[in-house]
Parts: sequence; C-alpha cells; structure tokens
Amino acid sequence: MEGIKMSSSKSIMSTHIFSTDHKTIGKQFLFLGIFFLLFGGFQALLIRWQLAYPEQPVPWWLLGFIINGEAGMITPDVYNQLFTMHGTIMIFWAITPLLIGAFGNFLIPLQIGAKDMAFPTLNMLSFWTFFLSGVVLLSAYFLPTGAASGGWTSYPPLSLPAGGIPGLGQAFWTLSITLMGVATMMGAINYVITVIRLRAPGMTYFRMPLSVWGLWLTSILNVIFVPVIAAGLIMLLIDQLLGTQFFLAGRLAAGGGGDPLLFQHVFWIFGHPEVYILILPVWGIVSELLSVFSRKPAFGAKVTVICMSTIVVLSSIVWGHHMYTTGMSPLLGKTFMFLTLLISIPSSIFFFNWLATLWRGSLHFDPPMLHTMAVIWVFAIGGLTGLYNATVTADIYLHDTMFVVGHFHYTMAASVLFGGYAAIAHWYPRMFGRMLNPLLSKIHFWGTFITINLVFFNMMVTGYAGQHRRLYYPGEFEFLQPLADMNIFITIMAFFLGAFQILFLYNFIHSMLKGKVAENNPWKANTLEWTMDYPIPHGNFSTIPQVVNGPHEYSNPNIKDADWVCQTVKIEGDS
Amino acid sequence: MDQAIPMNKTFFGNATTGKLGMWLFIVMDGLTFGTIIIGGLGLRISAASWPVAGSILNVPLTAFNTFLLICSSFTMVMALNSIVKDDQKGLIKYLAFTIAGGVIFLGIQAWEYSHFIMGGEHLGNLLAAAGLPGSQFLPTTGIYGSVFYATTMFHGLHVLSGVIYLSVILSMALKQKFTSNNYDRLEIAGLFWHFIDLVWILVFTVIYLI
Ligand code: HEM
Ligand SMILES: [Cu+2]
Repeated sequence: MEGIKMSSSKSIMSTHIFSTDHKTIGKQFLFLGIFFLLFGGFQALLIRWQLAYPEQPVPWWLLGFIINGEAGMITPDVYNQLFTMHGTIMIFWAITPLLIGAFGNFLIPLQIGAKDMAFPTLNMLSFWTFFLSGVVLLSAYFLPTGAASGGWTSYPPLSLPAGGIPGLGQAFWTLSITLMGVATMMGAINYVITVIRLRAPGMTYFRMPLSVWGLWLTSILNVIFVPVIAAGLIMLLIDQLLGTQFFLAGRLAAGGGGDPLLFQHVFWIFGHPEVYILILPVWGIVSELLSVFSRKPAFGAKVTVICMSTIVVLSSIVWGHHMYTTGMSPLLGKTFMFLTLLISIPSSIFFFNWLATLWRGSLHFDPPMLHTMAVIWVFAIGGLTGLYNATVTADIYLHDTMFVVGHFHYTMAASVLFGGYAAIAHWYPRMFGRMLNPLLSKIHFWGTFITINLVFFNMMVTGYAGQHRRLYYPGEFEFLQPLADMNIFITIMAFFLGAFQILFLYNFIHSMLKGKVAENNPWKANTLEWTMDYPIPHGNFSTIPQVVNGPHEYSNPNIKDADWVCQTVKIEGDS
Repeated sequence: MDQAIPMNKTFFGNATTGKLGMWLFIVMDGLTFGTIIIGGLGLRISAASWPVAGSILNVPLTAFNTFLLICSSFTMVMALNSIVKDDQKGLIKYLAFTIAGGVIFLGIQAWEYSHFIMGGEHLGNLLAAAGLPGSQFLPTTGIYGSVFYATTMFHGLHVLSGVIYLSVILSMALKQKFTSNNYDRLEIAGLFWHFIDLVWILVFTVIYLI
C-alpha cells in the first residue's frame, strides 16, 4: 500500500487534475472524449448541410454565424477543413480516449484485481500529453489559413506546402497527431505491463474478463504500430517545415525527391491495425456484456480470445487493401485481397460465438444490453461490406466513394459508438455511483439506432450509385443529380441523430447529479470491479483479492439462490 | 512502487516492472528508428543516383564520434559496476564521463551540421561531383539531404534526451539515492543509453559507411 501515495493533503490539484488514480484519469479521458465527440459530430452536421443544401447559408441552429465565408455559407476551403478535422477528431480524439483512454484506464486495474496501473505517474502524463495534443490540434483554427484540409489521411503531396495546401494548418495537424501518438504509447506501455504484472493471484490470462482481453490486444497493436506512424509523421513534419523531400517527387522535388507512395504505405501499415485498435475494445466489451445480460457463460470464450488474437496478427499484413488503385501489381493486389478475406474467418467465428451466447439465454434488455446488441447488428453490416471493398475488382469501382464511407462508419463509427455507449451505461454506476435514467437511455438508444442506420446505409447506396467521397458539390455532376433527395434525407436523419446525442449528454450530466443512487452490483455481474463500496478508494482493493473462478459463471447450477457468483467465491461442487 | 504492489513474476523472470517498461519503450523506439531507416533505404534504392560513401560526409570524424559513444556505453557499465560495489565516488565519476561522452558527441555533430549549413566552395565542388545542386548541404538538398538529416537528427534528439535523463540520474547519485541493493533506476537509464549507442552504430553504417 505504501507504494501508492495516499496524500493526506488532498488538494483539488492532486485528486482531480493531476491525479495518478487510474479511475480519475479514466474519467478525465471520458469527459474529454465526449467533448470531442460532440465537436466532431457538429462538424459532421455541417458537412451534411453542404451535401444536402449546397452553398446555402448555414442556419443559426448550426451556428451559421461562426462559419466564415460569404454570407455564412460553407466555402470549399471550409468544407475541406470540415471533413479533415471531423475524421481526425473522431478517430484520434473521440474514439481513442473514450474506449482506450477511459475504459482502458478504468477497467483494467479494477477487473484484474490491481491497486492501480503499473506506472501511475506515466498514466497521468499520458492524459496531459493527450490534452496538449488536442490543444495543438484545435489551435490550428486560429491560423490565418485555418486548420488542416488534406483529409484525415493527409496524403502528400497535397498535404505539403509544395504540393497544394498553404499555411501551417497541415503542420499543426502532423504535430498534434505526433503528440497524440506519444500519449498513446505511454498508455500502451502501462496497459500491456499492468496486465502482465499486476493480475491478482488466481487471475490467469483466461480468467480475465474479455473486456480486458480486448483492451490488452489493442494496446499490443498500439505498441507495435504507433511507432511506425510516428516515423511517418516525423518525416511528414520535416517535409512540411524544413523542406525535406521524403514524399515529394517529379516536378515538385528539386534534386531527386522521394516517393509520395511511401507515406501511403507507412500510413496504412499503421492505419489498418488502427481500425482494429479502435474496435478490439468494443469486441471485448461486447463479448463480456453479452454474457452478463444473457445470464450465461460467454460461448467459446477461449476461442473468442484466440480469434481476436489471430486477427491482431493478420491485421498487420493487409494494409494494401487501401491502395488497390495506386497501381500496385495485380499479383500483390490479389495477395492483399486473399489476406484480407482471410480475416473474415476468425471474425465470423467469434461473431457466431456472440450469437451462441445469446442463444437460449435469459436476456435482460437493460440499456447496456440494447447497445451491445446494436453492435452485433452494425458490425455485421460493416464487416460484410468490408468484403466488397476487399475484393479488388469491386473496390476499383467502390474506392473513394460514399460506399467506403458507409462501410467504415458502420464498422468504426456505429460499432464503436454503440460499444462506447454500452460501456458507459454498464459502468456508469461504478464511475459515478448513480444510474443513468433508464427511460432517457432507451429513447436515446432507439433514436440513435434507427437514425444511424438510415444515415449510413443510405450513404452506401449513394456511393454505389457513384457519389464520390469528399465532393464539395455532388450536384455539379449530372449523373449525381438524381441523388439529391437521398442526400437531403440522409442529412435530415443526421440532424435527428445529432439531437439524440444531446439527449444522451443531458442524461449523462443530469444522472450524475440527480440519478438514482446505484447499488454496488446493479447488473449482478461476476467481475471484480463490482465487489467494493462506492466510491472506490484510491488503491481500489483493501486486500488483493484471490481469484478462483473465470468471469462467466452465470446460471451455474451449483450456485444456490443466485445466477451469478463473484470471481473470488468458490463454487461448492465445482471441481 | 515495485515493492508495494504484489506482482506476477512468472513472466519475464525477475525483471522489475520498471525495467519491463523500458524494454517495451525500446521496442517501440526501435520500431520508429526501423521505419525511418528502412524508409530511407527504400528511397535510396529507387533513387536515380546516390552519392558515394564518404564523398560528402566526414567519415573519419564521425568514426571518432562513434568510438566516443561506444566509450560512453562502457563508462555506463563501469558506473553500474561501481554501485554494485557501493562505490559512490566511482558511480558519480563514471556517470559524469558518460554524460560528457554524450555532450561531446552532440558537439561534434553540431559542428558537422554547421559546416554543412554554412557551406562553401569546397563543399559545393563535392556536392556537384555527387550530382547535387548548391554550395550548402541542407535538409532540402534532394532526398539525400532528407535522409541524412532526418536520421541523424532523430538520433541526435535521443542523445540529447539521454544526456538530460542521465543528468537527472547523476543528481540523484549526488544525493546518494543509489546503493548496492537499490539501483534499479540506474540500470533502466543504462538500458536506454546502450540502446541509443546501438542504434547509432546502425545509423553510422547505413548513412556513412555504405
Ligand atoms: C472484417 C472485415 C473488414 C474488411 C474485409 C475491411 C475491408 C476494407 C477495405 C478493403 C477498405 C478499403 C476500401 C477503399 O478505400 O476502397 C476498407 C476501408 C476502411 N475500413 Fe474496413 N474492413 C473490415 C473491417 C473494418 C473495421 C472493423 C474497421 C474499423 C473499426 C474498418 C475501418 C475502415 C476504415 C476507417 C476504412 C477507410 C479509410 C479511408 O479510406 O479513409 N474496417 N475496409
Ligand atoms: Cu483496412
């Protein structure tokens, strides 16, 4: 216990701001993530405004008065900034802190029976580096030429001064992502080593909740691939600032020059694992919650773990499927296609494990479960559309269309959003000691579920009909004019989707102050984080628990009078 | 921290948690270096021409610098040897040598850079012979300049952070924070320093020798 400084002088600074308590840091990430989620969501609505009502003044309720440009309409430059910053913010500053930052921090020590992370100070530094990176990112808006506008992929030469975009916006983008990467690496070191070293006695790897497995595998991917993109970003940054020529070629580069494609390779060597970095925590949380709310052991939990680990390995050798149209050799294209399609085997196996967990379970449709089941649905659609993208012949047509946008919003935006909401709804009582309002939660859930599908499915339809992504004014092209109505419909649904998120925000804040006080284990879950009284003290466990069961002993016939048993309680009659 | 929190020592033997953390960091940093070096080699292979080794860069001087860095790794080991024997004076002496090695390394590198950046007729002739424009050798001097500066600068920043890191360790040593059964932090710092040294040998080979 001496190791964790139980400072007697509890100043606000040490308990709330520069706290080294993993639970506090988790909450800090949660709040920051929600802030950026709303920020990025707002930008999405502006993008949709332009696609539905091109070049019309932005109404006041979309804060039209702060959009610069003639008479408050979205200019092409502003539009480019919008989709660039939307993608960047959502991936790196919304999803990453919400799942990895918030729940990685909150859950890993609690669920494995540790008093804190292995390196609490590093953990605190990770958050503040992350915070700083966000400040750098947003401060680009105050530059005379505005923030980055080269897409979230920031391909050179477009993203270089010599190649198109003037000003420092792109350099701010690169710098902020680099800082974000540093913060992620600090977190990853902590998560990986905490799991290796600080598991409570009896907490074997296969007794860890699947949520910890997901977060751990994510951290391993982070350890391997964030350094790779860091190298790419450093080269990009000095190309932008010092005039080196790594990613310039041809006429743009005096005296030789490098190769823009090198950046694409480095970006996607990281970028494809990154999409799994974002989704693995969700897979873990879903696998775990399905078991809790079906009151049944997670079907084939070990197989699920093995499949997720297999995907971790495979995900590092498929990046080429983002580059089919860059003129790669057909043989290479076919290889990447084969490897990509191979991923669907382990994916399908654990997907069916999910369904089998539900099968004949006694399902409790509490808000966390609703969100969890939504993940199953949206991930199915996202995964299946991935197969079309992965097939070279189809992708040469689909690439850079709204179909791809629909695909990755199903897999990434929708799955991660529902996974995040499931996690928030499930662990809210542990974080804040109160319950979310169930009625508001359910309205929020159904509203989100219906509108998100209408938005992203129709996006895929417009893409299939030929609408390219990142177009400023689709109606300029005659063959896209018939899609105008559909684009308006998507936009209106997106507005409703946004409105339902405001409802969530209200519920989130209101319940924190006025919600029903939660019991210690409202969902009757087996895992260790539910064993102590709220508020959970700094240091979590007064004595380190001795673990005797796996996490999924639900409805075990040997347990009398209950359908659950804490991981620390021996079940009489079980060997 | 280490003693307070019960740990599973079944994996990775008895290495302290702090050491595991540093090893993991080294893996990550190695991947970043690896990407920069391999990226540079890839661009070099596809480049139309590439200056012959030693035609622009000062190989003898940098060979001396390499020797210096290897020596500083050696003094780092000596520092550890001293504390194992509870020799506080030796610890401080060898740590100071190690830091000095890093500082001189940086100084020589800065001198080499300034020489390239100021340029001159002689350098211009060398560059022209290698097919490169101008009389200065700058980050903007073609892909050759990009690769040279990116790799050596990134390494140089590591030496700089290593020097700062070791200075903190030295200030702890001056306060007698280390004893023969408590020198984990010293070992961790040593790991980082040896890693920087190892990477330099790779960088020296790739950038200067071949
Ligand atoms: C299991 C199956 C999956 C397959 C086969 C698959 C395949 C693909 C392919 C081939 C592309 C490139 C399309 C193109 O640009 O033409 C793509 C794009 C993308 N996928 Fe997936 N994917 C899968 C799952 C996922 C998951 C789980 C996520 C995220 C959590 C994801 C996120 C993305 C993103 C972000 C892009 C687009 C990036 C961009 O161009 O901006 N995918 N996917
Ligand atoms: Cu991919």
